[in-house]
Amino acid sequence: MLGFYRPLFRLVPDNTKIQFMKGRVAGLVVSAILSIGSVILAIHPGLEQGIDFKGGITMEARTPGPADLGRLRAAVSGLNVGDVGLQQFGDADTVLIRLPVQGEEAATQQAVSRVRGALEGAAPGTRILRTEAVGNRVSDELFTGGLIALAISLGAMLIYIWVRFEWQFAIGAIVTLILDTTKVVGFLAVTRLEFNLTTIAAILTIIGFSANDKVVVYDRMRENLRKFKTMPLRELIDRSINETLNRTLGTSMTLFLSALPLALFGGDTLSGFAWTMLFGIVVSASSSIFIAAPILLFLGENRLRRGTEAPKVAAPRPPNAAKAAAATQGAAGPRR
Amino acid sequence: MLYFARWKVAAILGVIALGLLLCVPNLVPRSALPSWAARQISLGLDLRGGSYLLLEVDMNAVVRERVESLVDGARTRLRTANVGYMNLAGDPNNRHLSFRVRDAAQVDAAAAAIRELSNPIPVRGSPTGATEPDIAVTTAPDGTVTAALSDAALVARAGGAVEQSIEIVRRRIDETGVAEALIARQGQSRILVQLPGVEDPNRIKDLLGRTARMTFHLLDENANPQGTGAPPPGVQFLQGETRQGGLPERYAVRRRVEVDGANLSDARAGQDSRNGEWVVNFTFDSVGTRRFAEVTRQNVGRPFAIVLDDKVITAPVIREPIIGGSGQISGSFNARTANDVAVLLRAGALPAPLTVVEERTVGPELGADAIRAGVISLLAGAAFVFLYMGFAYGLLGWFANVALLVNILLMIAALSLLQATLTLPGIAGIVLTLGTALDANILINERIREETKAGRTPIQALELGFTKASGTIMDSNLTNLIAMVCLYAFGSGPVKGFAVTVAIGTVVQMWTATTLVRLLVSWWYRARRPRELPV
Repeated sequence: MLGFYRPLFRLVPDNTKIQFMKGRVAGLVVSAILSIGSVILAIHPGLEQGIDFKGGITMEARTPGPADLGRLRAAVSGLNVGDVGLQQFGDADTVLIRLPVQGEEAATQQAVSRVRGALEGAAPGTRILRTEAVGNRVSDELFTGGLIALAISLGAMLIYIWVRFEWQFAIGAIVTLILDTTKVVGFLAVTRLEFNLTTIAAILTIIGFSANDKVVVYDRMRENLRKFKTMPLRELIDRSINETLNRTLGTSMTLFLSALPLALFGGDTLSGFAWTMLFGIVVSASSSIFIAAPILLFLGENRLRRGTEAPKVAAPRPPNAAKAAAATQGAAGPRR
Repeated sequence: MLYFARWKVAAILGVIALGLLLCVPNLVPRSALPSWAARQISLGLDLRGGSYLLLEVDMNAVVRERVESLVDGARTRLRTANVGYMNLAGDPNNRHLSFRVRDAAQVDAAAAAIRELSNPIPVRGSPTGATEPDIAVTTAPDGTVTAALSDAALVARAGGAVEQSIEIVRRRIDETGVAEALIARQGQSRILVQLPGVEDPNRIKDLLGRTARMTFHLLDENANPQGTGAPPPGVQFLQGETRQGGLPERYAVRRRVEVDGANLSDARAGQDSRNGEWVVNFTFDSVGTRRFAEVTRQNVGRPFAIVLDDKVITAPVIREPIIGGSGQISGSFNARTANDVAVLLRAGALPAPLTVVEERTVGPELGADAIRAGVISLLAGAAFVFLYMGFAYGLLGWFANVALLVNILLMIAALSLLQATLTLPGIAGIVLTLGTALDANILINERIREETKAGRTPIQALELGFTKASGTIMDSNLTNLIAMVCLYAFGSGPVKGFAVTVAIGTVVQMWTATTLVRLLVSWWYRARRPRELPV
């Protein structure tokens, strides 16, 4: 019973004091390299765009016995519907057929029914499990819609954090979010996971979660800025990160644990989403510490606090001093 | 911290009880419930199988038709007004028609005659319901008169065409017997059709892809449809359904519509008693009956074409006046095509052709697999998170777990209340909410630990933990909500479901963490009065 009553373990031991800001340059450099590499990979070889954004036709068919890919391919290729991609999908009797977007909107539906007919002809008893056909115009709109959603959510968070904190915090958070997003895009390019609407949902979820993470750390920094009026910013940031480290890792851990089964058992449709999420969780937890905080340090060194190099009167505080500081909390602080 | 007003406790427990109650309808089949109680979560097409179609109204056709009708109208009006003209032509691409008046003095008379052809459309944003003409008529010094469809007219026409199409689409789908079909307008010129349980939407796509405008015309017996020349004014060459010697038949059909299919009151498939061929029997309404009787009386002995979607189905010679208001179309029908034509005629004509611009069809077996995978993930995720919280935070973690269960319960309740549609991404949303739901609790628990370390008494530590964390909880969750609002606003279909689920989960967790857990802690504290906190 005692095990249930008291915590069994702690991710980070109490009184952890890692000097994260010592590695700030290394953190930023590594992040910049990864992000630039991601952008390059996203341009060349590029992302594996799904039909949501590229347009085209995807069909999943189940043949009565093990699928004879060669025969099916021959049947579909003869239809003059463009480059046909045909591959086994999961079981031996399931095939995935991909067709490029057809020239005219109306031709798409004709292609669907011709492929259906050809498959049924080549392997009688074939059932079509799934059909997705997206025309040119719709795919363009879905793509722009997705990008607009990304851009607007970044903008909205910029404004929100700006209003609630200071502009340095807002800039730090948004730059970090953009770096996070590019890394997720790089992950998609490397793993060849499909880039589609669901992926955009995953990226937006990561952005939301990452911003949430940054806000918690910032919140503590703001509080400490009021509490320790003369502490150098660098020390203060380290202190704030250490204080919130358990929470940062704890929340990332619960989210990671809940997304892991989705990646493992979620099936083909959800696993791409879930792997993207898992990668994003790791990226966002580390970027709170190694990216957002250093940016804030660079931006805020002479602005958030005057006299950064002041004598360290208030460095490690005994508990009663913290109490006294808490009593005056909020009385004066940085410009709000 | 310790004190909870009695009404507050009652309210918290009341919300949970209400949540429980709202979840109940999901356990019984919908048909067993009275309609007011049937607030259930419905399964999305990706889970139950079915077809999602996005149709687009062909606006070019709408414009073309309006311009053509203007040209026809102009011809008649100018003749009545005795205005000589030349080069009368419509230009659908530029949405206008133009002609030149022979006698420059008649320009104003011509413009006035054309203005009479305009249709009033409501001025946008006008509270008084003011209207404006849908065409702008301009004259040039050289006697050229131009009538152009205005942008507002185009918007109004598009709106009208979509609204009308939705009605027709609904009637056609109702005829096929698909239950619970959802038909809704999407944006300017699109119609969303969701057909649960339809594995092969081909037949429905066929039905929706046809305009089904049936019209009755006289043939022009002087024109030669086999020739290569252009048809004379007011006549068009149309192909027939049947072929003769490998080539489709061609007919010289007068453009003037003698009787419109809109005047039909019923159409049924049937078999001809003499030769057993499949036919479509139709009945006119009173206007149609009168028109049909008049036309057939005046044109006995002449061929009369029945045109469906610009194809001549048959062109029989009128033997005697038909005054009964009913008729028969015989073509090369079989049982199914005759029935389909009857359905189309009963449902009415679409104002413009519809194109399927997006299709997503999922077979039921795939949906069942997806549900199984989702449920397994949900259970496994819940178990992981549950154990983690319990072991990492001890008693307070278990309190958080209770809140988590209530959280899931309230989420299901909220989704039922909204009658939300659960999609595959939605399940992912619920699973992820398990992870984020504990964030607020983790924040609170970490605070309590810190305050305890700072040497506070248990009661002070609890009090400060909850109050200090609440600001952070607010800030951090609002950023999450912002992302979901953006996703909802710009996402489409299933992704919207994901955004709704996560947003509901975020709001619910803010409540459970700050209120329910607090209540549990206060009960525990009052019962035990511990000297130190188990953190």
